[in-house]
Amino acid sequence: MNTSDNATVDLEVDAVEKTFADHRAVDRLSFSVARGSFFSILGPSGCGKTTLLRMIAGFIQPDAGDIRIGGRSMAGVAPNQRPVNMVFQQLALFPMMTVGENVAFGLARRGVGKLERMRKADAMLERVSLGGSAHKRVDELSGGQRQRVAIARSLVLEPTLLLLDEPLGALDLKLREHMKIELKQLQAAFGTTFVYITHDQSEALVLSDHVGVMNRGRFEQLGTPQALYYDPATPFVAGFVGSNNRIGGRVESINNNIATVVTPEGWRLEARTVGAVSSGQAATAFVRPEAAVLAREPSGLPGNLRAHSGRVDSVLFDGANSAVLVTESQSRGEFRIALPQTGQFSNLVSGETIYFAFEADRAVCFSGEETA
Amino acid sequence: MTASEPNWQRRLLLALLLAPALLWLLLLIVLPHVDLALVSFRERVAPREYVTSLAQYQTFFTEPLYWQIFVRTAVVSAIATAITLLIAFPVAWTIAKIAKGRRAALLFLVCLIPFWVSETVRTLGWMILLRESGVLPSFLVKLGLVSAPPELLYHDATILVGLVYTSLLFMVVPLVNSLESLDNALIEAAYDLGAGGLTVLRTIVIPHAAPGITAGCIVVFMLTLGNYLTPNLLGGTSSQWFTEQIYNQFITRFNWEQGAAFGFLLLALSTTMVWVGLKASGQRFADVMQRS
Amino acid sequence: MIPSLPRPAWLRAANTIYIVAFLIFLFLPLLTVAAFAFNDAPYPAPPWHGFTLDWFFGDEASGRVGLFHDSELLDSILTSALVATWVTGLSVLVGTTNAFLMERARFPGRQALSVMMLVPLVIPGVILGISILAFASRLADFADTAFGLELEFLRPGLPLVVVGQFSYIAAIATLTISARLKRFDHTLEEAAFNLGASRTAVLWHITLPYLRPAMIGSAVIAFLMSFENFNTTLMLVGADTPLTILMYGRMRDGATPVLNAVSLFLMVASAALALSLMRRGRRSNP
Repeated sequence: MNTSDNATVDLEVDAVEKTFADHRAVDRLSFSVARGSFFSILGPSGCGKTTLLRMIAGFIQPDAGDIRIGGRSMAGVAPNQRPVNMVFQQLALFPMMTVGENVAFGLARRGVGKLERMRKADAMLERVSLGGSAHKRVDELSGGQRQRVAIARSLVLEPTLLLLDEPLGALDLKLREHMKIELKQLQAAFGTTFVYITHDQSEALVLSDHVGVMNRGRFEQLGTPQALYYDPATPFVAGFVGSNNRIGGRVESINNNIATVVTPEGWRLEARTVGAVSSGQAATAFVRPEAAVLAREPSGLPGNLRAHSGRVDSVLFDGANSAVLVTESQSRGEFRIALPQTGQFSNLVSGETIYFAFEADRAVCFSGEETA
Repeated sequence: MTASEPNWQRRLLLALLLAPALLWLLLLIVLPHVDLALVSFRERVAPREYVTSLAQYQTFFTEPLYWQIFVRTAVVSAIATAITLLIAFPVAWTIAKIAKGRRAALLFLVCLIPFWVSETVRTLGWMILLRESGVLPSFLVKLGLVSAPPELLYHDATILVGLVYTSLLFMVVPLVNSLESLDNALIEAAYDLGAGGLTVLRTIVIPHAAPGITAGCIVVFMLTLGNYLTPNLLGGTSSQWFTEQIYNQFITRFNWEQGAAFGFLLLALSTTMVWVGLKASGQRFADVMQRS
Repeated sequence: MIPSLPRPAWLRAANTIYIVAFLIFLFLPLLTVAAFAFNDAPYPAPPWHGFTLDWFFGDEASGRVGLFHDSELLDSILTSALVATWVTGLSVLVGTTNAFLMERARFPGRQALSVMMLVPLVIPGVILGISILAFASRLADFADTAFGLELEFLRPGLPLVVVGQFSYIAAIATLTISARLKRFDHTLEEAAFNLGASRTAVLWHITLPYLRPAMIGSAVIAFLMSFENFNTTLMLVGADTPLTILMYGRMRDGATPVLNAVSLFLMVASAALALSLMRRGRRSNP
């Protein structure tokens, strides 16, 4: 799996392994990141993403495999010698220094003269819209400003690679939304290769050119955000990226890559097969909430699709993200359906019976029982 | 104290709580020191007849022996403080940053144990180890390094060993506390930005630990300055420690006026150093004391 | 530096060697004292003459007066314990009232008073001793000349020793107990009031039990500090000598290993006290 075909590669991770005591944190992992791209590693906590990032930064030594940055192997290279800089989870701005001194810190280590590094620090602060803040103390800044200082402090060194360790995790929701956009713009403006780790799928989808979904030390899937969302390669990705309805059952028949899945209660639905799925096997299907169309009468549904019905359990109003939770008639299972923006269904009430249908192509089905 | 209570009840409660504090501080700290100051400013001209004068302080400055011992005490205390800091820092670093979990806690505990034992006992140990007939001299003879057992007691270096030994705890504890509060990510970030070990120490670790370092140094200097037992027993007659002069004047010669003046001079030196330490590191007295 | 950064092997080895050397430095004097308590020789010095318990159990008849027959030593231990008990009781009591005063009451001059409470900690013990000695003597002289009263407790002796030690140990107890009271969750008291408890009931059932670990801890520390105090005691002592003063006198004059025996006894006692305190602390700290 390669994220790029011919572009210059800035980071190559080659069969890297790391085991702590009896826990394999990173399991023979290989990937590469193209120059100038925004690459995210997405996974739940404990999946090994922090270990991977710290190996790239040089704070942890891999047990096996090689990490190459800008084509150069990093084996035995100390963290302060690598062409990589890191934005830490809690930012790790130096409280004993001013904002300007923080940004100039790395330049001073390279022996850049005092005037020159102050000038560069000022210019860099200007670029992240913090011009004139050089003399301020770190604790005078707001959360978002600190974020930008942390990034400026690294980018002023013009690293080959910028590593970001869930830097938005400490911010409140509103600021996080704002910083997402800002990060993306900064990356575009500087053109530096970003490697970003997060457990937040929305951050990964919004920010990245490519995302590696990590689970138990391995990549489940590596691809563009769109590919992850629309073409999940594994049940884990289907369940982790975006919201999804999960339905477990048995494959009744397969016709042209479309499987008919029957739940134990006898509810039948169609879904596109991914990987090897054969008739008679246990299978798990995933249907996106926005894939389903709603209707008050069966006749309101497109005629070529299988109609399903359910009782409205609750309406979850959340503006553009509003949805309705339906108890499917046959399986008595919960099914989430996105409400259309038209406001057509804004008057739904609990207990009402409703009909829905989805294109088999927009649902996926994997073999095996995937337990939540 | 909730606001709903009647006023007289609150006042009574406040008075009851204030009484012990004021009695303690006034009767045992403030008044005795005021009295000591008064005693130091008088001179006995005849039996039971005193006049106010600066004679006691004059004696101190005109008699070279006194102020030399005073300066010597201050200098040796400062050296002992510096050595204590140098010895304690790597230990504190190991406890706070290198050892993990239970091992760090155990190491810390082990460092504290000797200080649960009386200073008298610890000094006895050093005497048995160092005196001419003691353990180390006879060990040196056995090794063939010297032909006759050397006397290791009664040297300035011996006093320093004893003082440093006694002070270690008061340095290790504030250092460990301040180093533990240093986020490892700051060290990693500095490394990541290209700094080496010494630069990290200079630019990150020492500025962060400055409050702990100051607290430790102030306490150690003060305790060393006021120590009597260790210099007296390990230094013998040559120890020339200023507290011995105070003791001599007060208890041996019964010259309280001179002793009081000496006491005040020592107090002034100790207070000045505390003040200088606080100013130099820009800290508040209360914060520092709470740390140590 | 820290484990996540590359540390060359020599640095790691140097660190280990340093810590081992440090621990040897720490424990060598104590182990020496302990070992020579059992040496079958009249002086605590090498060479080793074989194992004996004479310095614990010997009596006049055997020519070696051991710890348990040395009435002077035993008396001084009792004297020290008596002084320490008084100092502990007073310090914890005043430390507790001070904690409530500083954390709960609001009155003018509170800030100045809180700084004043720390001052005893930065006054050298010798000076605390002589100032209290001089002041007490002045009071006694005044009582004598003005009223013809002979106030014996103001002359050097155990009451003055207690007062002198209390003058700074109270500051330590205040710090310890205040620190815990500061962390107290006020809503617990409010909840108790809300459930109908009286002010005394809240103090008795909620606040004091919460403070108990700090009170016990400062009591242990106060007892040890008093028992081991030398500087202040030296200036205020009268006819009854506490243990440290007696030991000091004997050490100057050249002591028999009975001092090692009593030292070992002290080590075991304070280690037991320290360990029991730590076990308690681990259990009762939330």
